[in-house]
Amino acid sequence: MLTILFDGIAYGMLLFVLAVGLAVTLGLMNFINLAHGAFAMAGGYLTVFAMQKLGVPFLACLPLAFIVVALAGALLERTLYRPMYGKPHLDQVLFSIGLAFMAVAAIDYFVGSSQQNIQLPEWLRGRTEVGDGALLLGMGHYRLFIIAVCAVLTVVLQLILSKTRFGSRLRAAVDDPRVASGLGINVNVVFLLTFAVGSGLAGLGGALGAEILGLDPTFPLKYMIYFLIVVSVGGTSSITGPLAAALLLGIADVAGKYFIPKMGAFTVYLLMILILMWRPQGLFTRKGGR
Amino acid sequence: MNEPSTYQSALLHKARWRPLEFVVWAVAFALPFLMPSHSLLVNEIAIVALFAMSLDLILGYTGIVSLGHAAFFGFGAYTAALFAKLVMPDPTVGLLVATVLSAVLGLVASVTILRGSDLTRLMVTLGTALLLLELANKLDWLTGGADGLQGVVMGPVLGLFEFDLYGRTAAWYSLAVMLLLFLVMRRIVHSPFGATLKAIRDNRLRAMAIGIPVVSRVVVIYTVAAGIAGAAGALLAQTTGFASLDVLAFDRSADVLLMLVIGGVGWLYGGVAGAIVFKLLQNWLSAVTPQYWMFWIGLLLVLLVLVGRDRVLKPWTWLGKRKGSGA
Repeated sequence: MLTILFDGIAYGMLLFVLAVGLAVTLGLMNFINLAHGAFAMAGGYLTVFAMQKLGVPFLACLPLAFIVVALAGALLERTLYRPMYGKPHLDQVLFSIGLAFMAVAAIDYFVGSSQQNIQLPEWLRGRTEVGDGALLLGMGHYRLFIIAVCAVLTVVLQLILSKTRFGSRLRAAVDDPRVASGLGINVNVVFLLTFAVGSGLAGLGGALGAEILGLDPTFPLKYMIYFLIVVSVGGTSSITGPLAAALLLGIADVAGKYFIPKMGAFTVYLLMILILMWRPQGLFTRKGGR
Repeated sequence: MNEPSTYQSALLHKARWRPLEFVVWAVAFALPFLMPSHSLLVNEIAIVALFAMSLDLILGYTGIVSLGHAAFFGFGAYTAALFAKLVMPDPTVGLLVATVLSAVLGLVASVTILRGSDLTRLMVTLGTALLLLELANKLDWLTGGADGLQGVVMGPVLGLFEFDLYGRTAAWYSLAVMLLLFLVMRRIVHSPFGATLKAIRDNRLRAMAIGIPVVSRVVVIYTVAAGIAGAAGALLAQTTGFASLDVLAFDRSADVLLMLVIGGVGWLYGGVAGAIVFKLLQNWLSAVTPQYWMFWIGLLLVLLVLVGRDRVLKPWTWLGKRKGSGA
């Protein structure tokens, strides 16, 4: 029982890190970026490549994945994404899904379609068990590690968004770009940085999640739906919304697959539709703004 | 001055058939005669064109973005296949049953798209399609699961025309159904009802303010579109004698969206044009690079949006000034 809960939380935390960048671009900047999963995949493949070919240790790969993918995100934002901000949602959907398709085919071409594995260091492979019977709690060390990393990230992100100067600039730029630029905020730079950090987080999530989620060229399409669920169900009030949604989704998915394996992912989709019919703007909406 | 009759005649004028249209349809029906070896392709194009037109009803005319239109296509396909297998092999009755049941499903699903933003609608439509995909996958005693539903034997169309190996009967059958439903859709979009749909698309709030019952209009058109998508799915299942999970897959929804966008939204022939271009491109590209078809389709999408959807189809405007930011 507790093990399922634990695995669900770890899975949810992982989804959160993968999706939080999308929560920012989609939720705050109102840009539907279906190619978000491609950034995550890039992080995952980068880690595999760095570890296997260059012998970089796993822990060093994580920041590497973040930085490289963030740079790539910044480059793409400047060249391709920025003209899309003002376009209708349909255009954004088509554009970003086109990018995702290209990423899938490109990885297939260069790396091959087989699943890639990450060799975890020794100290992350074990498993600790506490209690017994129905209260047995088995904690994989790697999942514990994920939970710790994600918890730290969540706190840091929340502090940046709510307490720093950059956070308030971002919120201003999102609420009304024209007024914000009138106040001397360089909206373009704020959006560029935000997009880069969001992509970087996706890359980090991809690196962390490659072990649990599996890594093959269809990754962006396979998990796109999960990211979108996290964001649309969570709403955009702050990052607590997506966090709650990610945890809910993670636990529901793991528990659903454990208790009623016949239903598979059915539970998750049904849950999403019901929540969205109940609260179309997501569980936590932003008061004011738009 | 502004008598109702002038508006009426404007609508009627728009609905009138142009001579070129007769030629297009005549050519379409002649194709299986002229190129018997390409009948299967003609059949396939007719089916996806019908599917694209049904999406156009909700996307192009009513402004509802959907990433899950394959839900109805796949539902129609499975219904037709199961009906032929379990009840009776007559294609026309099967088509009718599949259309009606898909429309009922559309009616039920329409409650999900009434509230919320574009994102919410994208998600619930996508969710509906995935839900059905999971169902079809898990109910393997009924649908055959991942192996697909095999052993569907179709009777002759109207009791007269057997399906042949080259797909000529199939092509004519699909074309005939497509023409029939095209006429229905044309009637709908050029009626006052269709005009209110466009009002909803252009400004939902204003449409509500001038007394258009937005909710019921959206429900009706979603139901009709679902029924027609179901008919397209049924045609596919009947002419190929097979239904598999791929009819419900996300790729289907994405492909049909793409076809419509290539051809032009808010124009019924746009779906046809898009389907022709898409299928020919797919045939050609997958012969050249079988594995990486997806890359080129992605590139096409990105270029399409970056250049501007309207401008790709109108190359003579490339040199002119750019007006605004798309539709």
